[in-house]
Amino acid sequence: MVDILKPEEMFNSIDYTSPSDRWEDVPPDLTLGNFCYPTKKKNLEYLGLPAKDEWSPADDDWHLPDNWEEIIHEGFKERLEKYRSLKVFMDICVRCGACADKCHFFIGSGDPKNMPVLRAELLRSVYRKDFTTAGKILGSIAGARKITPLVIKEWFSYFYQCSECRRCSVYCPYGIDTAEITMMGRELLSLLGLNINWILEPVANCFRTGNHLGIQPHALKEMIEFFCDDIEEITGIKINPSFNRKGAEILFITPSGDFFADPGTYTMMGYLMLFEHIGLDYTLSTYASEGGNFGLFTSSEVMKRLNGKMFAEAKRLGVKWILGGECGHMWRVINQYMDTMNGPADFLEIPKSPITGTRFDNAASTKMVHIAEFTADLIKNNKLKLDPSRNDKFKVTFHDSCNPARGMGLLDEPRYVLKGVCNHFYEMPENTIREQTFCCGSGSGLNTEEIMDLRMRGGLPRANAVKHVHDKHGVNMLACICAIDRAALPPLMDYWVPEVGVTGIHELVGNALVMEGEIERTTDLRFEPLNEEEAQTDE
Amino acid sequence: MNVNYFYSLLAVVVLGSVAYVGAGVAGLQGVFGIFIPYLAVVIFISGFINRVMGWARSPVPFRIPTTCGQQQSLDWIQQNKIDNPSTLFGVIIRMFLEIVLFRSLFKNTRTEIVGDKIAYKWVVWLWLFAILFHYSFFAVVIRHLRFFLEPVPFFVSFLEQIDGILQVGLPGIFLSGVLLLAGAVLLLLRRILIPKINYISMAADYFPLLLIIGIALTGIMMRYFIKVDVVKVKELAMGLATFHAGIPEGGLGGLFFVHLFLVCILVMYIPFSKLMHMGGVFLSPTRNMANNNRMKRHINPWNPQVKFHTYDEYEDDFREKMIEAGLPVEKE
Repeated sequence: MVDILKPEEMFNSIDYTSPSDRWEDVPPDLTLGNFCYPTKKKNLEYLGLPAKDEWSPADDDWHLPDNWEEIIHEGFKERLEKYRSLKVFMDICVRCGACADKCHFFIGSGDPKNMPVLRAELLRSVYRKDFTTAGKILGSIAGARKITPLVIKEWFSYFYQCSECRRCSVYCPYGIDTAEITMMGRELLSLLGLNINWILEPVANCFRTGNHLGIQPHALKEMIEFFCDDIEEITGIKINPSFNRKGAEILFITPSGDFFADPGTYTMMGYLMLFEHIGLDYTLSTYASEGGNFGLFTSSEVMKRLNGKMFAEAKRLGVKWILGGECGHMWRVINQYMDTMNGPADFLEIPKSPITGTRFDNAASTKMVHIAEFTADLIKNNKLKLDPSRNDKFKVTFHDSCNPARGMGLLDEPRYVLKGVCNHFYEMPENTIREQTFCCGSGSGLNTEEIMDLRMRGGLPRANAVKHVHDKHGVNMLACICAIDRAALPPLMDYWVPEVGVTGIHELVGNALVMEGEIERTTDLRFEPLNEEEAQTDE
Repeated sequence: MNVNYFYSLLAVVVLGSVAYVGAGVAGLQGVFGIFIPYLAVVIFISGFINRVMGWARSPVPFRIPTTCGQQQSLDWIQQNKIDNPSTLFGVIIRMFLEIVLFRSLFKNTRTEIVGDKIAYKWVVWLWLFAILFHYSFFAVVIRHLRFFLEPVPFFVSFLEQIDGILQVGLPGIFLSGVLLLAGAVLLLLRRILIPKINYISMAADYFPLLLIIGIALTGIMMRYFIKVDVVKVKELAMGLATFHAGIPEGGLGGLFFVHLFLVCILVMYIPFSKLMHMGGVFLSPTRNMANNNRMKRHINPWNPQVKFHTYDEYEDDFREKMIEAGLPVEKE
């Protein structure tokens, strides 16, 4: 691990002055601390992907396969033929610069290649050379350049400095989506065996055990039972969730981060309490025990392979529909890819809340409902007994995760839930929420320790907005609906705005929920006193 | 001087000179007045169709709209039907506003570091310059239909009336020509003077702007200063339009051919350049699709067969542990 700058030093180091050298002549910085560690060979082999002997991005010679140029050319050609998005986005950018300062990585680093337009030019320049007449004839005058091992290094560096958050796409007059560009770039790199371990290890784990950390079925059951013990201690109510139970009405799938990583675990407790309270007929699966899908960050095929388990398990168990937990990229996959890839889910029924009778027609085909939609409906129909004052010590703001915001539009449901379960809610400035939201800085598989500098820089715009409401309203809790956020935002807050905590919205639901037959609550789900006065008297 | 704009400027000057010398001095008016315009139109049409067909040949495997507002979900939650459309009608409105009003550009902000904070300011300039440029260009093109159509259609005359509303000068000033020049110059200055934009700009960004500035300048010169014989121009244009092409008696001035030749170059250049954004904007999957992914299944024509890790394989791996933990299994 490389030590990183102190917050103030980092902030002052941001320099938006353009370098004097043309970007084509500036080599990528691949010194330790500036790249993600490459994938271990065993993970690639396990998945049957092009594998490569151990290597480091810091190496001078990456020992690419002999025919690497051909592999890239053919791979590029194939993708141009498969994706209209890629073809159109390669051709129509006018470099107006509207996207330039919209990327959180650019804002935090000042590196011009983190401007979305230049990130795309990294591919586009090669596209022009290989696939356009003008580029073939005029070369660099037409913005074309020949692919070299250094260009591959540049791709590796910068396609792993993009979190596929799509913020630039909001401002682009043609909707050019850098997420598409980065996905293609990563797929091409993957053809040469170049991947990062933080993505491929979870993928390999998920493929075999059903979840990112490789939690085996019996261990998963134990973890959940452990949460149930905690819930019993706090509320006096014993919950016995079922696993892999055939005939349940609903299959619940959430990111596995909620099983083991604080504060996601408290969100998991919130789900369990909610389902118990409303008497939901649901089951958890150990086989489809991951909502997240790091295949999205690898290739469309890998995404499909992992995602396939959800429908397969729903079919095997004979449930009526699927309920999905709080997760960002999981919902990009479910909302924009799942049905196309692994549907039609004609063995399921159009989701209908057994409690309120509400039919979720917006999920009529995919048959999967977001927990925020589900809970908002419960609250709206007065099906929950809530005591929001139990969250009174929190002054809450809400971070829209990139994917539910820009790949779905789940904006008001979580806000409605939050306002139902806590009394103090404040929005961050308009330019930093909803479809203009900023990434946590660690999305799309970049939530890895070795690039802490980049992550803190990328997360700066988000943290800066949190700081604004922290200073103005005393906000001390950042709510989110994403497992990567719950892992990435705590260190980000510790770094930039240390007084602010991070929570999933269903943790706050769990706190506020007045369950039938519960004992008087003295602590929240974190075993911390319910309000500040008590906290102070304890001290 | 940056090589990118040097090359571009050089190219425009050379092209202009070629036409001036070729048609004006060497007298190759047939080449510059008939052959090249036809060639340009053929290249434009075939190139444009080819490019659009090329895009259309690639399928849209996934429905990937960029959603910029609240989705359609529960009845009582207000959907943003334009920025997050779930119907074709919503998509049409979204695309219309995008193409006609450049709505996304209108949202543009500038990021600045102010003290120890980052601030975002709404900036309208890029949108304004772009609107100015595109609409005056459009008006100029429509006005030029006067040369190709007899009788002159009502909408051309109507537009000319609005365009000449200032009623200044003789011949009366057309706003569109001046604004086109202004718009192009402003966009060019933006590229040259704003360091970030300068850094991302290529020759292919300067060339069309300079070419259009050249076209606007020669046009303005012909109308207001070195007056061209409009009757002859119309004779030539009508000849071209009716496929009875001929050079009017006595020919036309060199400046006219510079103007015409630069227009031909622009027209030929479009299909091979970023100027294809005029067609591509209609085909961008992040904007022209409804966010109804969970309501209606989208079909991927090349949806691959992939290897799943099936439940049976999973259970084979963990059966004993599952039984021990009291988890149900398919095969005891």
